[in-house]
Amino acid sequence: MEYAISVLLSGISVGGQYALIAIGYTMVYGILRLINFAHGDVFMVAGLMGIYFTASMPLYLSLPLVIILTVVLGFVIERVAYKPLRSAPRMSVMISAIGVSYLLQNTATYITGGQPMTYPVIPFLSDTVNVAGTLTKWVVILTPILVIVLVLALTQLINRTKIGMAMRAVAKDFETSQLMGIKINSVISMTFIIGSALAAVGSILYFTNYQSIVPTAGAMPGLKAFVAAVFGGIGSVPGAVIGAFIIGICETVIKGLPSAWDVSVFSDAFTFALLIVILVFKPTGLFGEKATDKV
Amino acid sequence: MLKITDLKVNYGGIEAVKGISLEVPEGEVVTLIGANGAGKSTTLRTIAGLVKPAGGRVEFMGEDITGKDPTSIVKKGITLVPEGRKIFPDLTVLENLKIGAYMRKDDLTDDLNWVYDLFPRLKERHWQAGGTLSGGEQQMLAVGRALMSRPKLIMMDEPSLGLAPLIVRGIFDIIREIHKQGVTILLIEQNANMALQAADMGYVMETGRITLSGPGQELLTNEAVKAAYLGA
Repeated sequence: MEYAISVLLSGISVGGQYALIAIGYTMVYGILRLINFAHGDVFMVAGLMGIYFTASMPLYLSLPLVIILTVVLGFVIERVAYKPLRSAPRMSVMISAIGVSYLLQNTATYITGGQPMTYPVIPFLSDTVNVAGTLTKWVVILTPILVIVLVLALTQLINRTKIGMAMRAVAKDFETSQLMGIKINSVISMTFIIGSALAAVGSILYFTNYQSIVPTAGAMPGLKAFVAAVFGGIGSVPGAVIGAFIIGICETVIKGLPSAWDVSVFSDAFTFALLIVILVFKPTGLFGEKATDKV
Repeated sequence: MLKITDLKVNYGGIEAVKGISLEVPEGEVVTLIGANGAGKSTTLRTIAGLVKPAGGRVEFMGEDITGKDPTSIVKKGITLVPEGRKIFPDLTVLENLKIGAYMRKDDLTDDLNWVYDLFPRLKERHWQAGGTLSGGEQQMLAVGRALMSRPKLIMMDEPSLGLAPLIVRGIFDIIREIHKQGVTILLIEQNANMALQAADMGYVMETGRITLSGPGQELLTNEAVKAAYLGA
């Protein structure tokens, strides 16, 4: 029983961390119809920044700085690698995204020498806590709470504010949005800023759990988060979050099955199999866009 | 108010507009009629800043606005009701109206009431998603949305397209009403009869050139226009 609780708790926590990355994928896709392959690597860079900054300054400075610089990175990537290709075919932008992904990984290899780096122990987050008889880290408890708070704030921003209204308009129709006087580029930058900030928060939580960072450390969580976004219906923020929780829980439960069954190595394959099954029955994902356009 | 001189636009690899000149005086309704593909839409899209001209000049209230981006053109007081209405289907009716006033930072209450007075239907449905409205209601919404920016000049691209005759008459009543309230209008239409009746001035456009111009009433009785566009 205690074991089951601990598996479930860590599944929810992993899911929450995927959710923070998945929002960046889904929002950018919603507006640019671009799968931002560099997003997982931005997440990895945020992790590395966490290591370097906490080594040289106190946490109350280093963690905000990680978030700020990750936001700057996301913003610059969009302006340099995607904006010049605004009217190019979508495939070109995607290739540009793959290029940025490798650039970030290679730069990380250059700086770290390719050695696995150890994420610092963040007091409190790494402290253990006793939940219903199982010992776990605070980060496991805090992640889902933080995710829910951030997601509620984000949906309020999207549904209740002027910039949120502009985001929804731009996601539907660039040209008409421009006729309303909306500056498309500012709205696009805004989505990259939000996505990067959440990925930075995600990196702090995720690497507090997993601790080791290699230059490709963003690839797998990035891919899972992307799958979560597709699973939930890409373009939809609540969809991405729910998809991420489902994937996180499934994966952890499979890993936690009795070792005699010997199935834990298949946890990733199962995740993708689940995705395929869902997409067969719901091709647009759980909360995918329904066509309400009227001609 | 709006003065276009020798405007040339390439669009989709062809010269869609081949050097046209026209003028829209303040407080008037000017219409540009012509067949499909004559370059009417391209002309409006160029004025709105969506398409960059290859040559010529667009002046608004004495200021050169040639090739400016759409945002600054909306700021100057020109708005376009695009062809096919292009309302935002997922936004509510109220949000669609508010987004029309995106550039403005002042209070919108008076303008919302103004639009709701013009289109009581929109008030009844203000909480509905734009995409659930009928074609005629969507056209009202598109016009209402454009008015929310408090334009000096409103350009309309085929507002009657795809609407039932009765609804079309309603749309033209609205055009007259907006005009009466002091908004200058540049209207393009395939429904030449209705457009010329509503217009002070008319221009006829054929394959990228203006071939004929004159007061609306005069063009209505012009033999060439009658034969080509009025089906008489």
